[in-house]
Amino acid sequence: MLKQFTQLLSIQFKEFFREPGALFWSFIFPILMSFALGMAFSDKPEMSQHAAVVIPSTDSSFLKTYLSNNCSKSSSQKNEYQKSVDYKELGKTTTHFIPTTWKESEIMMKRGQIELILTENKGKINYHFDPANFTSRLAYIIVSGMMDGKNLVSTNSVIKPLQTKGTRYIDFLVPGLLAMGIMSSCLWGISYGLIEKRSKKLLRRLVATPMKKSLFMITMFISRFVFALLETVALLTFAYFVFDVTIQGSIIAFAAVIISGSFFFMGLSILLASRTANTQVGNGFISAITMPMMLLSGIFFSYSNFPDVMIPIIKYLPLTLFADSLRSIINEGFGIMDIIQPLLILTITGLTTFFIGLKIYKWY
Amino acid sequence: MTDTNTQPIVKAVNIKKTFKDVIALAGVDLEIMPSEYTALLGPNGAGKTTLVEIIEGIQKPDSGEITLFGKHWSGNKDELYKQIGLSFQETKFEDKLTAAETLKMFAAFYGLNDNRVEEILNIVNLQEKRKSYVVNLSGGQRQKLALGIALLNNPKLLILDEPTTGLDPTARREIWAILHELKKNHGTSMILTTHYMEEAENLCEKIVIIDKGKVLAKGTLEQLIADSKTSEIVQFKVLDKSTFPDFSKFKNLRETQWEDSTNVVTMSVDNTSAFLPEMVSYLNNAGCKISELRCRYVTLDDLFIRMTGRKLTD
Ligand SMILES: Nc1ncnc2c1ncn2[C@@H]1O[C@H](COP(=O)(O)OP(=O)(O)OP(=O)(O)O)[C@@H](O)[C@H]1O
Ligand SMILES: [Mg+2]
Repeated sequence: MLKQFTQLLSIQFKEFFREPGALFWSFIFPILMSFALGMAFSDKPEMSQHAAVVIPSTDSSFLKTYLSNNCSKSSSQKNEYQKSVDYKELGKTTTHFIPTTWKESEIMMKRGQIELILTENKGKINYHFDPANFTSRLAYIIVSGMMDGKNLVSTNSVIKPLQTKGTRYIDFLVPGLLAMGIMSSCLWGISYGLIEKRSKKLLRRLVATPMKKSLFMITMFISRFVFALLETVALLTFAYFVFDVTIQGSIIAFAAVIISGSFFFMGLSILLASRTANTQVGNGFISAITMPMMLLSGIFFSYSNFPDVMIPIIKYLPLTLFADSLRSIINEGFGIMDIIQPLLILTITGLTTFFIGLKIYKWY
Repeated sequence: MTDTNTQPIVKAVNIKKTFKDVIALAGVDLEIMPSEYTALLGPNGAGKTTLVEIIEGIQKPDSGEITLFGKHWSGNKDELYKQIGLSFQETKFEDKLTAAETLKMFAAFYGLNDNRVEEILNIVNLQEKRKSYVVNLSGGQRQKLALGIALLNNPKLLILDEPTTGLDPTARREIWAILHELKKNHGTSMILTTHYMEEAENLCEKIVIIDKGKVLAKGTLEQLIADSKTSEIVQFKVLDKSTFPDFSKFKNLRETQWEDSTNVVTMSVDNTSAFLPEMVSYLNNAGCKISELRCRYVTLDDLFIRMTGRKLTD
C-alpha cells in the first residue's frame, strides 16, 4: 500500500519534471510574462502617435504652415515631421506627421500605421478617424489641442503619479497570472494527462493489476497540488524581489484561496477527462474552457471595459472569482471573511464536479 | 486437492458480444487447463481481442459465463488480477519513464520489490536498456517490456494479445524462447492470440481457430489434421485450363481446389505415393501440361483455407 503510494507519487513527479514544455509553461512563462508586462507599464513611457496629413495644393495652407513652423523634420524618416511635448509628470508625447496623399493615407490607416488622417477644407482642419477606436480618439484630443495652441496639461491642475503598492499594473497582473497558472496546469496537467493515458490504453493496463484506483487519483492530486504551490512560490518570489510585490492581506486567506482554486480546477479536470478518449477532442475541450476565461476574467486587463450586461456573468466565472480573491488579498489586504463567498463557491463546485467526474469515470 | 489438475483454469461458456451491428462473438466456448498453452488463431476482426479482453475482465460479455480459477470477475477483481499476467494488443507506456522505472511501478502494484524487477530485466533481456526512456525503445523492445510487465507477478495464467505482431523473425523467436522457458520452469498456462500459424504451432499444444466470432475448430495440431481426414497435399499449376480432365473417378482424391487467378490446383489426397503416378499419366493422356508440381503435408494454412475460404494473413 505504502509502496504503491510512493511509487505512484514518484512517477507523477518524474513525468512532470522530465517534460521541458510543462516546466516552461508552469514556471518560466508566468515569470517572463510578469517581467515583460511589469516593465512595459512601470515607468512613464514615451507615448507616440501617428497622423497622415493630406496637404492641399493651394499656397496658403494652414497645415503646411503649421508643419514647417511648429514641427521639426524627423531625423529618421525624411518626409516626416514631428512634435514632442514633455511634461515632467505626464511623460513625453510625440506626434509624427506624415505628409501624403489621401489614397496612401487610407492604406496606412487600414494597416494600423496611423491613428488620424488630417485634411483641410475652407480653412478648417478635418480629422478622419474611427470614433470607436480609443487610441484614435485620444490622438484627436491631443492633436487638435496642439493645433489650437492649447496646453496639454491644464494650468489649473497638478498631476500626482501613484507609486504606492497595490495600485501599479504589476500588482494587478501578478494575482491574475497566479490564478491563470493554476488553472492551466490543472487542466493541461490532469485532464490532458489522463486523456492521453486513456488514448494510449495505458489507463486500462494500469487497472488490469491490483493497483488501487483511489491511490492513483490521490497521488495525482497531491503532485499537481505541489506543482501549483511551487508555481505560486516561484512567481511570488520573483515579483517580490523585482517589483516589491507583497501579500498585504492574510497569508491564511491567501493559502485558502489557492487551495480552493486548485480544488475547483482539479474537479473540473476530472470531469473533463472522465470520458474523453481522444487527445484532439480533449485539446479542444480544454482550450474552449481556458481561452475565454483568460480573456474575460480580467487577467491582463480589467473586465470593467466589457459591456455592462456581461459583467455580472464575468464576475462569477471561476477564474474571475479566483483571480479577484487573490487580488484583493494581495493588494487590498483582505482577510478570510472578506473572501468567504468565492472561497465556498469554488470549493463546493470543485468537489461536486470531482465526484460527478469520478462517478462517470471510464477506466477502460 | 485431487482434482486441481483436471479443473480448467479458464472456463468460458457461450460468450456472446455485439457492437452496434457487428457480431464480434457469436457464442464461444473455451476451456484452458493448467500448464496448457492455447493459441487463438484467426484473421483480422475475427473476435480474438474481444474474447481475450472478456476473459481478462476488461470487457463485459452480452451473455455467457466466464470463470477464472473457478471465480467470476465481479467481486474478485483484485484477487484475479494478482494471479494473471496480461499484455494488450497495443499499450503505449509512459514515454519519459525508463524501462526499469516502468517495471518498478507495476511491481509496486503487486507488492514486489526491486529484486523481481532485476529478474524480469534478465528474463526479457532488457538489462542494457534499463535506463532508456520508453520513447527510445524499439518496437521489439517495447513488446518485451510489455511481456516483462505481464510476467512480474509470476502469473499462473498468461494472456497475451498478439505479442509478436510486427516483430522481425529473430525478435519473435526470442519471445518464443522466453515463453517456452516459462512453461518448462513454472507450469504456466497461456492464452495467446496470433495471425501466425508458425507461432501457434511452435508454442501451443492446443489451437483454437476462430473467425467471424465463431470457433471453427479446436484441438492439438494432430487432432485438427486428423479431423480433416487428409494429411497430404498435391499442388501444381495448369498451363491450359481447357485441357484439365475430370478427376471424379480417383478414390484417393478428397477435394480439389482451383485458384482462378493463377490456375493453381490444390488437391487433398489420402495416399500420395499411390495417387501421384496415376495422376501424372492421366494428365499426360489428356494432353494437360502442368508445372511447379509439389507434394507436402497438410498445414494449418490449408485447414484454415478449407474452413473459411480465405487465407489467414490476407
Ligand atoms: N469497441 C468496439 N466498437 C465497435 N466494434 C468493435 C469494437 N471492438 C471490436 N469491434 C469489432 O468486433 C470485431 C472483432 O474485433 P476484435 O478486435 O476482437 O478482432 P481481432 O480478432 O482481435 O482482430 P485483429 O487481429 O485485427 O486484432 C471487429 O469487426 C471489430 O470491428
Ligand atoms: Mg485483436
